[in-house]
Amino acid sequence: MTDVGRHPRIKLYSLSEVSDVKGHVGNFQVKIVKKARYVDEKECTACGDCAAVCPVVRPDEFDHGLSSRKAIYSPFPQAVPSAYVINTAECLGHNPVVCAKCVEACNKGCINFHMSDEEITEKVGSIIVATGMEPYDPTEMDEYGYTRFENVLTSVEFERLINSGGPTKGNLIRPKDRKHPSSIGFIQCVGSRSARKGHSYCSNVCCMNTIKSTLVLKEHDPNIDLKVFYIDIRAFGKGFEDLYKRSRRLGVHYVRGLPGNVEELPDGSLKVAVENAATGELEFYVFDMLVLAVGVQPSKGTERLQEMLGLQLNSDGFYLEAHPKLLPVDAATRGVFYAGCSEGPKDIKETVTQASAAAVRAIRLMHKGEIQTEPITAEVIDEKCKFCGICAEVCPYNAITVDKKKKTPAVVNTAACAGCGTCAAECPFDAISMNHFTDGQIVSQIDEMLELHSQEKILAFACNWCSYAGADYAGVSRFQYPPNVRLIRTMCSGRVDESFIWHGFAKGAPIVLVSGCHIGDCHYIDANHWTEKRVEKIRKKMEKWGIRPERLQLEWISAAEGMRFSNTMQQLEKMRREVTPEEISETIEILKEKLK
Amino acid sequence: MESGKMQHHQPRIGVYVCHCGLNIAKTVDCNQVAELVEKHDDVVVARDISYACSDPGQESIKSDITEHKLDRLVVASCSPRLHEPTFRQMLISAGLNPYLLEMANLREHCSWVHMHEPDAATAKAIDLTQMAIARVRQLEPLEPETLPLTKRTLVIGGGVAGIQAALDLADNGYEVVLVEKKPSIGGIMAQLDKTFPTMDCSI
Repeated sequence: MTDVGRHPRIKLYSLSEVSDVKGHVGNFQVKIVKKARYVDEKECTACGDCAAVCPVVRPDEFDHGLSSRKAIYSPFPQAVPSAYVINTAECLGHNPVVCAKCVEACNKGCINFHMSDEEITEKVGSIIVATGMEPYDPTEMDEYGYTRFENVLTSVEFERLINSGGPTKGNLIRPKDRKHPSSIGFIQCVGSRSARKGHSYCSNVCCMNTIKSTLVLKEHDPNIDLKVFYIDIRAFGKGFEDLYKRSRRLGVHYVRGLPGNVEELPDGSLKVAVENAATGELEFYVFDMLVLAVGVQPSKGTERLQEMLGLQLNSDGFYLEAHPKLLPVDAATRGVFYAGCSEGPKDIKETVTQASAAAVRAIRLMHKGEIQTEPITAEVIDEKCKFCGICAEVCPYNAITVDKKKKTPAVVNTAACAGCGTCAAECPFDAISMNHFTDGQIVSQIDEMLELHSQEKILAFACNWCSYAGADYAGVSRFQYPPNVRLIRTMCSGRVDESFIWHGFAKGAPIVLVSGCHIGDCHYIDANHWTEKRVEKIRKKMEKWGIRPERLQLEWISAAEGMRFSNTMQQLEKMRREVTPEEISETIEILKEKLK
Repeated sequence: MESGKMQHHQPRIGVYVCHCGLNIAKTVDCNQVAELVEKHDDVVVARDISYACSDPGQESIKSDITEHKLDRLVVASCSPRLHEPTFRQMLISAGLNPYLLEMANLREHCSWVHMHEPDAATAKAIDLTQMAIARVRQLEPLEPETLPLTKRTLVIGGGVAGIQAALDLADNGYEVVLVEKKPSIGGIMAQLDKTFPTMDCSI
């Protein structure tokens, strides 16, 4: 930690959050909001004279409320940066009449109440997302009495109690009467592997954390009575099984089965009722203290960053990697990498391994000092452009400029163009060609698929990042669905031109699907808003022209939603069966007339 | 619809239908797909191949490119999200523009999701391959642009993951901007004393 603080090439912004990210791989512009600390970070020596005189006492978050701190405080002794911080919501204020005791106490004059939040812009070439996790809050699991009984603690709170740097200097006491506990029960999978409350996934670290705690406890007090209630013990890592065996050898009793109920006895002890899965008997145990091995969940702010960077989440709420085996630390957004628990629950060793991998992936990208951009960009056909400016309006990247007054054709800034193709789809004069996804290229695919037996086929457009990847995920998961669909890939659903849809129906397609990333998850900022509007508009026209608008479907399917993709295909097939050959030929006739 | 650019000469297309071991071939009749599409205009060679992405697979495709003067390729195999970069690289090493490649997804979108309907899966595979041929005919060579890059990394989060990533980058000579929400870095790790499997201090 201290290495980070003094490294000449690391610029550390604490109390700071990323508020906006613009640009692309190789050249991101990042806005950072640095909150005021009210203590000069460089000058503060962490002497603590200020806190000594501060009259405000508050629970210490670092110790999960098991100790107290002042309104001016150091987060913990080894903090980096090693500087105090003022929580102004708690501080009485700097008016000398009211308080300002800390200002007087600080010899170096580091305290400055006039500091304000700063907005900083940094330019970077790559981004590593390491936003971590937070422990599951067991309040909703009322059966364990976490909020009702003082001697029921989470594993994280318990960790502070046995920590030599913790509120009791590692001297274990139970909160209610400060008595040294002679028996402790551990309940595993609190908030993990549960279909009912909490999360359905395994949190990976809780079994080993409990085993570690039992070893530490047995080291301090060999006679302490320890029992662990579990579903399975997952000790799969290197050296883990040895620790588990050691724990059992030291007399820790492992009981298969999770307690159904916890009661508090008058002396503050806890009575646990559990059905022992090994014996099938209902058993009762009494403990001085109970520890809930809480699971791991994505940290707050995961979703905000996901939207900002155009990332994806899996169904558990963790970041989704570009490929589960071959690109396990890359995000689908080029230049963004994952490290640690933000990508999924993992222990310290795995976290460190992944962080080093992410660093190397970033270096691999940056070492040449230049980057090749994808040539899949929009191109204006000057002679067709009527300077209407719609393309500039729809471009999510402001990559197109049109001078309406001078009547000069639109100009695409290829460095800024990300290649979604929304401009090409929206241009009323067909004056924009989308490289590698031209009208001609896409129409040729439509023609080919509907050449024969068109009434049996579903024409589906899928965006590269979400829906196409969702279809891939359905494949990887072997979710079976009817074989009638034919997918056409575009980079973004925004590329799906109105003319493609009419062309599909005119060629006899019974059902057309447009699919893309969920609103808010678009890889091209908000290009899929235009998709939504366009589909709405086409449906209205269909209705007016006497074509059933249900035959055009719009679905948002993310890269993690293989099951949703498969289900959508089943539904579309059902719809397809309802479209009669007469209806199809009628549509063809209508469109012949309308699209003249 | 915009007008297509001029086609300078008759395209010479090679089509490779990959078995992917049994991943595709167990459900899709790859040989039938290859034989059928070989009859199409502009298709000079169409073969089924056991692993298109393997070194011998790529070598055989490359020698076809030279021998038959192929100028664009269809690889009907797995998802382009997996191996498009592999095959684009292969085109470059064979002297072709990497954008003159089209992939048909016969694995994730066909054999793996229609495992119990081999005939329908083969029919779909034929369609997907033919659609890829139709598209590859229309593809244009493209050239990537080279832009300067900022040799700095933003690390969001100062827990054990962020710290390790930041130090690795900085020790390798790269500048790092590390952003932490809390007043100190350290994250959850800083709250732990002994950690498994070594049972030593975490800070």
